[in-house]
Amino acid sequence: MVFLLVAVSIVSFILMTMSPVDPLQANVGQAALGSMSQEQIEKLEAYWGVDEPPLKRYLAWAKDFVRGDFGMSLQYRQPVSKVIAVKLGNSLFLMVTAWILSGVIGFILGVAAGVFRGRLPDRLIKGYCVVISSTPAFWLALLLLMIFGVWLKVLPIGLSVPIGLEASGVTFLDRLRHAILPALTLSITGISNIALHTREKMIDVMESDYVLFARARGESTWQIVRRHALRNVLLPAITLQFASISEIFGGSVLVEQVFSYSGMGQAAVTAGLGSDMPLLMAITIVSAVFVFGGNLIANILYGIVDPRIRRGGNRK
Amino acid sequence: MEKKLPPILEIRGLQISFKQYEKGFSQTELEVIRDLDVCVPAGEIVAVVGSSGSGKSLLAHAVLGILPYNASVKGEILYDGEALTEKRVKRLRGDEIVLVPQSTAYLDPLMKTGVQIRKGKKDAASKERLHQIFREYELKQEVEEQYPFELSGGMTRRIMNATALMGHPRLVIADEPTPGLHISVTRRAMEHFRELADMGAGVLLITHDLELAVETADRIAVFYAGSTLEEVPALAFQSCDTLHHPYSRALWNAMPKHGFQPIPGTQPYAREMPQGCPFGPRCPKYTQECSEKIPWRQTGDGRVRCIHAEEAQ
Repeated sequence: MVFLLVAVSIVSFILMTMSPVDPLQANVGQAALGSMSQEQIEKLEAYWGVDEPPLKRYLAWAKDFVRGDFGMSLQYRQPVSKVIAVKLGNSLFLMVTAWILSGVIGFILGVAAGVFRGRLPDRLIKGYCVVISSTPAFWLALLLLMIFGVWLKVLPIGLSVPIGLEASGVTFLDRLRHAILPALTLSITGISNIALHTREKMIDVMESDYVLFARARGESTWQIVRRHALRNVLLPAITLQFASISEIFGGSVLVEQVFSYSGMGQAAVTAGLGSDMPLLMAITIVSAVFVFGGNLIANILYGIVDPRIRRGGNRK
Repeated sequence: MEKKLPPILEIRGLQISFKQYEKGFSQTELEVIRDLDVCVPAGEIVAVVGSSGSGKSLLAHAVLGILPYNASVKGEILYDGEALTEKRVKRLRGDEIVLVPQSTAYLDPLMKTGVQIRKGKKDAASKERLHQIFREYELKQEVEEQYPFELSGGMTRRIMNATALMGHPRLVIADEPTPGLHISVTRRAMEHFRELADMGAGVLLITHDLELAVETADRIAVFYAGSTLEEVPALAFQSCDTLHHPYSRALWNAMPKHGFQPIPGTQPYAREMPQGCPFGPRCPKYTQECSEKIPWRQTGDGRVRCIHAEEAQ
């Protein structure tokens, strides 16, 4: 895990140093830069660390990071840890909702499609999934925005809190209302992937010899689904569910951008475009930890759910 | 047979074909079983013997009504003298009509054996019945709590046989029940089928193991490329002279104790099936008339589907 994180941090650092974005131009602006004195420019360059050799910068960052000091965000002018805490709080609600919704609904739809393979429910579900998975997430976000935000005017069109309100005056309900659309977009796109994979797996199970035998022993389709199919389709579903964390993370970048929702995804875009090295590095590391954590949990759950792993391991 | 009760299972002129897509979108009907007759009287073991790919397992699946959705069935399947309709088989399977499956793959890998045999029933009677079966099969009680992957081959075999006993079997269909098993375990399994038959059930034993069939069955139906070619008492296989179909004789000659002589050629694939007798292309007695429909002929205690049968005698 440590090795993974080091590798991730090095790669993202290299990518950032190689990026053509000039931090001064990006943050100060071409015009302002032109009207500045040489002294001022040098001061700014020192602030963004333009002249320092990359290796030295990386080592300095890594030394602090290991000690728990994530550094100061160059753009937000706040400690990175604080920025991430706020953004992650906003995003987490979004991602967890989308993750659970897409997982549960996707699983149910996938199982249903697998059972009714080739018949009407399957064709409807499959059709939905194919349409959605070939729809870009940002386009879907815009569509929802137009329907609910512009035409029906029932939900806000963007941001994570109401405009023109003091932070202390924002209620939980306000936050919830602002999160509905982005969460919905993420869920809708997430469902199709999970449903299609579950359907495929479900078909395998329904065609297996043990399901055939169960049928030969007089079990009804419903009994077979409940007693044999769910059990056997659950394992791959768990892998899929936890592997989809990374997809939700990636999807949130786009969706947050469309809804101007101030979360991790948006912070990552801002940090990337503005050469905010400490912030971007921290976001990358946090995301990597999440994805890694997800896969780790999936592996642990395997051992709990699958008797072949649980008992097989114990015997040795 | 006409004088006694109707046989438990009688199959007449069974045909099974599959819809298949060929290159592009043209659909073809692939006839896998084309003319199958078999009759299982109560209290008897009838073995259907044929080589791999002759459509034996499909026979079992057709009786149980568990063929895949792209299969279509023609012909008559009579159970207890009455047509075995889809509705009827749904009611009977698992209780009166039971399948003893081929391999471990037929057990749910994620379900403990005990629950699996009981089909999830938790009442005291089912539990007691299970314990009784376990004692009969010399299975330890703790096996109930084990998963299929924890069982040895012989144990799995016994577990699968045990599944048949949970109901009130009158027709047992055993699909290749002893592949790769030790001879003593095989014998033991066969004894159990005999016990079931003695209790009044009809046993349809589907196998490629002719020696095993001769040893245990009462009657043998020889099955080749989707058709029944000959049906005789198992005793007829004691000698080559009491067999009438050239293919049955070829089988007899191929048995290890009779010289292990193979015949040239291979079983035709369903797509390249010859007209008339399916064995025609490999038969030394092949004549023009063999490419027409071959009727059944009585041969003492059996029947054969060969127009040259008399010459063979």
